[in-house]
Amino acid sequence: MIKSNSGIRKTDVINRRMFIIGAAKVVVFVGIVARLFSLQINENKKYLTLSDKNRIREWKLPPTRGNIVDYFGNVIAGNLKVYQLHIIPEQVENFNYLLVRLKNLLNLSDKRIARINKLKAELKPWDSIIVSENLSWSQFVKINNYLYDLVGVKPVMTISRNYPFNDVYTHVLGYVSQPNEQEILENETIQERFVPGMKIGKLGLEKRLENHLIGTNAIQRYEVNAYGKRINQLEHQKGKQGSKIRLTVDTEIQKACGELLNKNAGSISVMDIYTGDIIAMYSSPSYNPNLFLFGISQDEWQLIRNNPLKPLINKTLSGLYSPGSTIKPIVALSALENKVIDTKFKVKCTGKMELYGQTFHCWKEKGHGWVSLKNAMKQSCDTYFYEVARLLGVDRLNLTAEKFGLGKKVLGDYFDTEKKGLFPNTKWKKNNLGKGWVLGETLITGIGQGYTQTTPLQLCMMTAQIANGGYAIKPKIIVDSNPISYEDAKQSMESGLLFDTDSQELLDKKLFKNKKNIKIVQEAMFASTNERFGTSYKSRIDDPKYQFAGKTGTAQVKRISKRERELDLELEQIPYKDRDHALYVAYGPYVDPRYALSIIVEHGGSGSKAAAPIAKKLFKLIIDRHNLRNKQSNFERITI
Amino acid sequence: MFQHDRLNNEITLFQKIKNLDYILLISVILLSVLSVLVMYSTDGGEILFHTKNHFVKLAVFFPLMILVAFFNIKFWHNFSYIIYFIVILLLIYVSFFGIKSSGSQRWMDLYLFVLQPSELMKIAIIMCLAKYFHRIKIENVNSFTSITIVLSIIIIPIIFVISQPDLGTSILIALSGLIILWLGGMKIKYFIYSFITFLISLPFIISFLKPYQKLRILTFLDPDRDPLGAGYQIIQSKIAIGSGGLNGKGFLKGTQSYLDFLPEKHTDFIFTLFSEEFGFIGSVGLLILYSIIIFRIVRIGTISRSNFARLFCFGYAFAIFIYIVVNLSMVLGLLPIVGSPLPIMSYGGSSMLATMIGFGIVLSAKINHKQMIA
Repeated sequence: MIKSNSGIRKTDVINRRMFIIGAAKVVVFVGIVARLFSLQINENKKYLTLSDKNRIREWKLPPTRGNIVDYFGNVIAGNLKVYQLHIIPEQVENFNYLLVRLKNLLNLSDKRIARINKLKAELKPWDSIIVSENLSWSQFVKINNYLYDLVGVKPVMTISRNYPFNDVYTHVLGYVSQPNEQEILENETIQERFVPGMKIGKLGLEKRLENHLIGTNAIQRYEVNAYGKRINQLEHQKGKQGSKIRLTVDTEIQKACGELLNKNAGSISVMDIYTGDIIAMYSSPSYNPNLFLFGISQDEWQLIRNNPLKPLINKTLSGLYSPGSTIKPIVALSALENKVIDTKFKVKCTGKMELYGQTFHCWKEKGHGWVSLKNAMKQSCDTYFYEVARLLGVDRLNLTAEKFGLGKKVLGDYFDTEKKGLFPNTKWKKNNLGKGWVLGETLITGIGQGYTQTTPLQLCMMTAQIANGGYAIKPKIIVDSNPISYEDAKQSMESGLLFDTDSQELLDKKLFKNKKNIKIVQEAMFASTNERFGTSYKSRIDDPKYQFAGKTGTAQVKRISKRERELDLELEQIPYKDRDHALYVAYGPYVDPRYALSIIVEHGGSGSKAAAPIAKKLFKLIIDRHNLRNKQSNFERITI
Repeated sequence: MFQHDRLNNEITLFQKIKNLDYILLISVILLSVLSVLVMYSTDGGEILFHTKNHFVKLAVFFPLMILVAFFNIKFWHNFSYIIYFIVILLLIYVSFFGIKSSGSQRWMDLYLFVLQPSELMKIAIIMCLAKYFHRIKIENVNSFTSITIVLSIIIIPIIFVISQPDLGTSILIALSGLIILWLGGMKIKYFIYSFITFLISLPFIISFLKPYQKLRILTFLDPDRDPLGAGYQIIQSKIAIGSGGLNGKGFLKGTQSYLDFLPEKHTDFIFTLFSEEFGFIGSVGLLILYSIIIFRIVRIGTISRSNFARLFCFGYAFAIFIYIVVNLSMVLGLLPIVGSPLPIMSYGGSSMLATMIGFGIVLSAKINHKQMIA
């Protein structure tokens, strides 16, 4: 009985305690369900996102750059399909065998093979290694023929930048190439869109317009596993090609410039005198920008870098030259405007001028005799301009020169390599050299020597502004969103007002006080080219359709010693480095002018012999193409 | 007494089959089918190694469970101590000659499959203590001798298991043992005192933990401290469960497991995959299925005449409950990561063998619920 009691009591205890446990179990299970609810229902969105982030990986593909076209719509920087060769290490059966095969087929260098082996060690086995970025068609065919033997090799077609006119536009466009780390960090757009293998603008407009040209990435979404291996392709989002940019340049004229300079160091600029459109801008010698696309070889790079004619410098914008006699129209204009001289004012040239014991020579040893403005300009008499400069003073001359664009960047911030140049005055010398101005310096400034430094494009703009009747223009190389036609520009100019496309306002852009003075200078320049004894008389064109007016210039690169002056050496007898730069500025046609140009041939000798003949050939082409250019009025609206 | 014996002796095979608990049986079958499906999903929707092996083990252990059930509960009572000692011997054997794998020595090669004796101890300790408390007089439960004996019964296997090392299983063994002490009538104040003592000595215990175990606790407290290292498992597990949502991603469509983001998805983290594919509804459904099993076991305990059967059923029900709670809390980020399988669902032969034997004894208790044990 006792035992039985004890048994019953024990059962009671067990049951009672089990009840407590049971209650605890329910509480715990409810707790777990609550946790499940919080994770799966309340925070479901958060975890779904995390799960997608786990499994979906986006691969950005390189964006397609926008095309750059010339005024007539010809592509001057486009895109080309290229054939590449990739290896996917994971699929390769025998890596060394494959490399030996490829080495023979493609003539790969040992350095390249070592690089591939290094990449193989660094990358995941399913990441492809680029063996060759740009296979020739024959190599591509060859690879395809042997594909059965090349397990793990993938021929790939992709898109690459291409410059169809090779070296014609190098200094305008620049080129694209692989960016370095700093370039990626500097530009947010590049940083955001960068993918390995992408190329960015390194120079010129390609660099300046990077954010417009770059385009957006195509995006490829893949499902990946925990090790990052692609399992499924999910979706493909197409990228947008970069904006198309239309330039004001004319490829035919640009090409002709290159041919005329014939690989000599120099530069040619051609400009529309009303709209400011740059029609050609050629710096010589040039180089082929296509060489840089897939990494230039060391040999080729050294060849360009060490060329004494300095192809890497954009001479049109960054080359600084003494303007020589091409400054004389400005000197004459300044003197006329300041009423220092008139057309009747004459100076007797004896071949030299003495001032405070210093002798200033005219280029013509025997002298020109009594010369008026027109004759002085025509024969480029230095003595006359010494005297005019002396009377005028450098400060007044400086005002006129700066008004016409000297000492300032022509294209603003479009080219970061563009130089400002310099037109001196007394204040400048005091501030920068700490010395007082000497009158002798005024004299040589009057013939474009001394401190004055100009870029070829500045001289072109200066000439254009004389040619259009003395109105300020704003040179440009990109056809912008509010293009103005040649006729409209001309009309608004002749009404004395100028429509400014930036501020959308009519502005008074008169650069003269008396319109007659501009006319006098124009006539003097006409005489210089089209009248006997004119310095560029030999390069004239009599047909009024092509007739042009110009001014030669010969810039000394070193001081001519007395001995040299006596020797009067021929060009070939002077060392190349010591030869004068030949310059020529001109505009045409003389009646109803349209275009201005400037030509510089470095160390080319005299302007009349080396530079002016180029203008003669060029003007024919420029004016022949005028109607074509006019017809090209279907302005495309491009927002920059 | 005579009557009962007669009754007992007269139970035929037919009656045995009739007396099986079919609700429990069907629940176990359902769970088994579910576990094969989930295993099939971990193999990426193909019948591969894990699916095949899991199925074969079920096919062997399920009949074994029925076989265990057909032995009289008295038989299991009589052999409880012996079974406990055999498992202790196996643990000793393993600690000397066991197979080493990833730093611990827990397994013995039985040619056909690899046995983990510590899993069997989870059942053996319940049997042993149930017998002890069945036999002891309620008055003597709190005597010094009996406390010493029962604590030794618990501590001896734990020493072997913890030295393997296997913290998770030792905790489960300890909890399974302690619950019998609780049910057997040990004074509540002892539990309170030892719990306080445990809390006080916790820093001391932690200093004895292995570096990786400490790391697990730190990771539990802040999984984001090393998201790709120690915290990876728990973060990925939470992502998988959380992304399952209400309905789940669908069978065979769990991206986290399919794309290999889930670690240990066959074993300890099997619930993660299940929850990702079947969502909140599926998870709660699984919990309900487990609850039915637990409730049925408790119910069988309640109708059992013998305290041995009663204690075993209550203890085993609690053990199953604890396995589930520890496993789920771990994958849900409520507890630090300790290796503990989810009964039947997780891949692993020893765990399944022990669970099935446990079910078998419970079924035997059901068949013989009128059986008195002296």
